[in-house]
Amino acid sequence: MQHGKYRFIVGFLALPLIIYAIFVISPFIQAFQISLTDWSGLTGSSKFIGMDNFERLWESDDFWNALRHNVYMLALVPVITLGLGLFFAFMLNVGGKSKKNEVVTGVTGSKVYKFVFFFPQVISITIVAVIWFNIYNPDPNDGMLNSLLGAIGLDGLQNAWLGEKSLALWCISAVMVWGHVGFYVVLFSAAMASIPRDIYEAALLDGANRFHTFFKITLPLLWDTVQTGWVYMGIIALDAFALVQIMSVNMGGPDGATDVMPLRLYQTAFRDSQFGYASAMGIAMLIVTMTFALLTMRFARRERIEY
Amino acid sequence: MTTEEIDVVAKREPTPAPVTKTLGPSNGSKTEGGVLNVFSHGILILWGLMVGVPLLWVLWSAFKDSNGILTDPWGLPTSLRWENWANAWDDANMGQYFINTTIVVGGSVVGTMVLGSMAAYVLARFTFPGNRFIYYLFVAGMSFPVFMLVIPLFFVMRDFPGSTLLATYHGLILVYIAYSLPFTVFFMTSFFRSLPSSVAEAAMIDGASHTRTFFQVMLPMAKPGLISIGIFNFLGQWNQYLLPMVLNQEEDKYVLTQGLAMIALQQGYENDWGALMAGMMIAMLPVLAVYTIFQRQVQSGLTAGAIK
Repeated sequence: MQHGKYRFIVGFLALPLIIYAIFVISPFIQAFQISLTDWSGLTGSSKFIGMDNFERLWESDDFWNALRHNVYMLALVPVITLGLGLFFAFMLNVGGKSKKNEVVTGVTGSKVYKFVFFFPQVISITIVAVIWFNIYNPDPNDGMLNSLLGAIGLDGLQNAWLGEKSLALWCISAVMVWGHVGFYVVLFSAAMASIPRDIYEAALLDGANRFHTFFKITLPLLWDTVQTGWVYMGIIALDAFALVQIMSVNMGGPDGATDVMPLRLYQTAFRDSQFGYASAMGIAMLIVTMTFALLTMRFARRERIEY
Repeated sequence: MTTEEIDVVAKREPTPAPVTKTLGPSNGSKTEGGVLNVFSHGILILWGLMVGVPLLWVLWSAFKDSNGILTDPWGLPTSLRWENWANAWDDANMGQYFINTTIVVGGSVVGTMVLGSMAAYVLARFTFPGNRFIYYLFVAGMSFPVFMLVIPLFFVMRDFPGSTLLATYHGLILVYIAYSLPFTVFFMTSFFRSLPSSVAEAAMIDGASHTRTFFQVMLPMAKPGLISIGIFNFLGQWNQYLLPMVLNQEEDKYVLTQGLAMIALQQGYENDWGALMAGMMIAMLPVLAVYTIFQRQVQSGLTAGAIK
């Protein structure tokens, strides 16, 4: 019996483990190794150069520029996305008409709203990018956003959007928010639905209005979900590769205004064939991501409320 | 969170308010509720339009000509140009990309499900030395940034013993499986743990082998979990962009996301925009179908990723 058990375990684990080891674990280890060389991709041509790549990275204005853009997005995108997500989820679950014997009611048709809001989450990022590339078309008459602004008499707000250096990064950030709000509406709705109704009822009977209940009851009880959602959205803000690559002027432009770390890495590796240097960027990205995740977990931690 | 728990949560959603107004607990809160209700719907509809209109715009633009899309983007099509769809399928090679994507995603979803649930079952149900280590090795994969891995991965694929795996169906399938395993193993392990062990024990007593017990008893019991994670993997792999960008650089092997990006990037404004829009619809239709049919499972499956 024992013999059969181990044969079964090995038989079931071997293939998944081998595939995983070859395509995920071994590249992970090799990334550190390659980052210490000047490898250009030809077999046998790499030379060990120690920390040179990391020193070069530390002094690279281009990389700092890209990192800064990711950090800007990290500061802004999660806060707006989660804020809107919470707001809409609260409206869906608590914003309905009052009815007999039920103090807290959701709005009619919340399923339909969720279906629409969540939609961008299931379509490819390339499609999202192409759609918004058209919305941001800079032509004052033909651009979708510009012609809409013109039609409602806000000609003054018409802009070159992605072509405008000071706006381009925020245009791309807005697309990220647009695409992910629905995800958080659904996530927070599920979490809110699991909060017992009688907690709300007790608060409302005590004279609290709905806005008090949101900040004093809903938000504290959802804090764990908010925290994980924050990390998740932060990791997305530290990426932004596909949107920048497809939407921005000259990939990362105008004039480097939308450059991001993954785009730097991609071009350094697969356009310039500097694989050692690009791997050092990969390690830097791992460090930035891990630092962000750990800091969020550490500072956002609160007493867990059981209910 | 297991799917069962998610299901429970989904079912507990508030019931819609009745159309007729009934007396609230007090007059004050009734008025407040009424104003709030109108306000809520107003805001929610506004956001719904902001999300829905751009998506519908793709649909109606798929029937217009390039000139119409560029100079009058808001205008509805004057006639239905079905030839856009034919042009996208043939001239813009979306047909070829669609077939490539179907082959790769079909192979990798099946592979991920089979291999992922095999590994998860063993890790969830058997004690043996190294069990925890292997489990955490898989789970750790969820936190590796893929960008850091693509450079070494490119060379692992290029220099694969035998023949290169770059720009091959089986190469891409293997990579998709490998990168889907961490979450699949994580999800299915907790799912198998939540299933009762008595049924499996009964099957073993009746003389079924471990393998037979797994395929004929445990897998059917795990169906709800398999559906959730299967949809999750299907959507993730169908929409995958970075991995094929790096590992699949031959045009006749392109998947849909690459094909769309290439049309959008390279030819830009001189291109046939009507065909591009039709191409985007072609790429979206399978996903749209899955999402419409399995709305609840899609939403719970995708958000389950955030509740680790």
